[in-house]
Amino acid sequence: MSNPHFVGVETARPDAADKVSGRTQYIHDLAVPGMLWGAIRFSDHAHARIKHVDTSAAEKLPGVEAVITGYNTPEVRIGFVRDNFALKRDKVRQFRDEIAAVAARDPETARAAAALVRVEYEPLPGVFSLQEALAPGAVLVHETDAKGRPRKDNLVPVRFAHHSGDLEAGKRASKHIVEGEYRVPLIQQSCMGTAGCIASFDTRGNLTLIAKTQIPFLAQKDFNRALGALGLEGRNTRVVVPALGGGFGTGLDTHAYEYIAMLLAWRTGRPVKILYNREEEFAYLSPRQSATARIRQGCDANGKLTFREIEVTQDNGAYTSWGATFPSVMLVPATSLYRVQNISFESKIVYTNNTYCQAMRGYGNPEITWPIESSMDELAELAGLDPVEMRLLNSNQPGETTPMGLKITTCGLQECLERTAAGLNWKENRGKRRNVKRGFGLAGLINVAGGGKIYRSDGSGIILKPDDYGNVNVSYGGVEMGQGLHSVLALTIADTLGVRPEQVIVNQTDTSTCPWDVGTHASRGAFMACNAAVMAARKLKARLLEWAEEIFPVEVEEALAKARKHPGFKEPDFDWRGNCRPGCFELSDGILTIKGAPAVPELQVDFARLLRAIHFRRQGGGTTFAEEAFYEPPTELPDWEKGIGNMSATYAFGAQGVEVEVDEDTGEVKILRLVAAHDVGRVLNPQTLKGQIYGGLAQGIGYALYEEVLTDKGRILNPGFTDYKLPTAVEMGFPIDVQLVQTNDPEGPFGAKGVGEPGLVPTAPAIANAVYDAVGVRIRELPITPEKVLKALQEKRRR
Amino acid sequence: MAKKILRCTVNGRQIELAVAPNQTLVQVLRDELNLTGTKVGCDMGTCGCCTVHINGKAKLSCLTLALECQGAQITTIEGLNQYELHPLQKAFAEKGGSQCGFCTPGFIMKSAALLAENPAPSREEIAAGLSGNLCRCTGYVKIYDAVEQAAQEMQRAEAPAPAPART
Repeated sequence: MSNPHFVGVETARPDAADKVSGRTQYIHDLAVPGMLWGAIRFSDHAHARIKHVDTSAAEKLPGVEAVITGYNTPEVRIGFVRDNFALKRDKVRQFRDEIAAVAARDPETARAAAALVRVEYEPLPGVFSLQEALAPGAVLVHETDAKGRPRKDNLVPVRFAHHSGDLEAGKRASKHIVEGEYRVPLIQQSCMGTAGCIASFDTRGNLTLIAKTQIPFLAQKDFNRALGALGLEGRNTRVVVPALGGGFGTGLDTHAYEYIAMLLAWRTGRPVKILYNREEEFAYLSPRQSATARIRQGCDANGKLTFREIEVTQDNGAYTSWGATFPSVMLVPATSLYRVQNISFESKIVYTNNTYCQAMRGYGNPEITWPIESSMDELAELAGLDPVEMRLLNSNQPGETTPMGLKITTCGLQECLERTAAGLNWKENRGKRRNVKRGFGLAGLINVAGGGKIYRSDGSGIILKPDDYGNVNVSYGGVEMGQGLHSVLALTIADTLGVRPEQVIVNQTDTSTCPWDVGTHASRGAFMACNAAVMAARKLKARLLEWAEEIFPVEVEEALAKARKHPGFKEPDFDWRGNCRPGCFELSDGILTIKGAPAVPELQVDFARLLRAIHFRRQGGGTTFAEEAFYEPPTELPDWEKGIGNMSATYAFGAQGVEVEVDEDTGEVKILRLVAAHDVGRVLNPQTLKGQIYGGLAQGIGYALYEEVLTDKGRILNPGFTDYKLPTAVEMGFPIDVQLVQTNDPEGPFGAKGVGEPGLVPTAPAIANAVYDAVGVRIRELPITPEKVLKALQEKRRR
Repeated sequence: MAKKILRCTVNGRQIELAVAPNQTLVQVLRDELNLTGTKVGCDMGTCGCCTVHINGKAKLSCLTLALECQGAQITTIEGLNQYELHPLQKAFAEKGGSQCGFCTPGFIMKSAALLAENPAPSREEIAAGLSGNLCRCTGYVKIYDAVEQAAQEMQRAEAPAPAPART
């Protein structure tokens, strides 16, 4: 590993050729023999008592094999507060509640039968906004908690808070204070490949679930618990992950549709596939939460931050997924983006009769960086400072410990801010192009980049298994969902072990063959996988080099004996025998040789030949290899109510800046160019790294300008790409300048930090700050639509 | 609904198949012919994942009834290359234009039709040509790069060989 020559080099992904040829198999493309198709009957009301469910017409439809409801199947609870059920009984709490499900010979029959299920309801009044849900005497979404105890309000029973320093003292020390309320909308992850799974049982009651998941091992745990509900305690779930078709957080929870597939498979004794179409994906898969944040922060006469106070309220919808814990991640920027003492952070997670929400890339960070970084610009203006100067003055520095207890090891924030500003010719441009309605804005970020400890282990295991042909088969429990995990694994293993990247073959993720991993989330995939891979590859290499002392001389003698038969052969001018000592061998590019030896084939032993010689050792006692390693990062599980704990082994920083043009007649915001400077630690593969940043940016721009799931009393109004606007190649046609700041993190594999989420974190406030610079209006509610800009411009003119 | 016989050519092979009048082309390709390289991202003509060529033109196979294709020449992603990757496939792989890969067959088929009509498109023309195809992973940057690289390579390949030097 002393001289990496694959890591850091632009390399095509190992899965690229299959993807461009249409050979990659997603859940959509998979079928197993005897498979039935499942379909779900969802609720017709946002809040109602179920009076009666009549499945007789559905059962009579030819081709239907089973119709199940909450009344004829065991209760299967879902979610970490156990407030959700695979099939609902007694009451529905959102439009997408699952009441019945059908297994049939084809998807059309299954859907037709699901529509034939007759449900009688007694409609109930619902709560559809934070105000309604928090009002005294509000209708309760859940009358009781998971243990059956009566509930008094609509608050989800988890608390994330942080109070440090002396808030009042901070306020007194302030020369300037700004305050504002900021909103983020409900948005859809919009994986191009929709959700689906195939569930099948063996005769003994073991479940195999082919699942579009990012958490195969937590899913195994969830489903093993569900097997218990079926009376199958002690039986196992094997989770197999196909090519994902995008994840973006949708795979961080187990879903009702997956449990329904399990129930249908158990009922029918046949494999059952459920696959959402696009409309179902929008209407029945959990989106990203909407939230409101109030922020107050102040600075002294010099612009130094004096205090920060944030209250976040998020609309959880009717049930609780891991996504409810967004405030756990909000704590990171709330307490630690820029140096600030005297902090108050409070969060409320509120049940409503809206669709329940789940994780999405960034997981709370974009939601809270939006108010923080908008407010930083307002504060800079009050203090009479340039926004970049204001940020540089308060920038985090390497070696500091933040009020949350985050240990900042390497920190490229200052350089990211400077390079972003330089890329936009900030000094010449910002505040000076209002005559042409052009504006410049910038925002910074902090993000976990060395895991994110939210579970009792944040570790990852890996197995490297070389074979007789020189392939290194890799079993890793994390998920390649398009981000390029397998690419950086191959490069890391190639360099650390000393083989070529194409010799590294990453197996399909499968709980039965891969060691445990907590899940591919929190920008932790490459960081964890490559750290584990380095550990395992070093162990494997050490063992192989030990064997080399015995094998190398035998193989070289044999090669030389053969070579000597050729007339004109010259003995190598190198004392190879004298150099066959521990520490003198070198394995690189799949070739074993002796350091300093001339590059002649007789003095080189191919990796495959080495492995075979060990395996088939003539005198017996040979061996094959499978080397395992488990990497657990040096982090702490935070105390969430105190908001204290170093949850990540390192932190990523970054800054993004944009130039925008605002059309004052239409309110349209057009991005003219964008600079994104990211502290990435070290580059593992520039191609996949930049892909992560570009892709993150496009999602950040969608969040900033275009995307919103619209609802009316809990019903989703725009369940499709016709009315839900994703950025296309046209919107993304402006020049993007990505600057990679390499801080070489000591805990990172080859110095690398996680890069999965940062790309979308500061994009929206950077754009809002640029809009303000262009036309002097501050938009506090995403997305920044032409309507909102026009309205703000009209209000500004009236003032 | 009574099935009718569809006769057409798919990836150079004659096919003859009984299909229902309401079956879409993408259903026939994926479910009857097992050509699963063509993806269904929305099934309502909004994402471009199901793009194939019908008589050389890029069409959305989810909005095309199979029986509209009587006698047609249909090419899917599987038919774009026979023995080696098409320059567009090569460029998408080399440049990182494919991440999760789900949208990729549609982008490549659409790009191939675009380059057939306009062998040297500008960035604006690529954007306009690909504006009906959605991608959630790449931010389109490396897709632009891939289409540009393929266009250059295809032009080089088609350029007439320089005349032998006269002596």
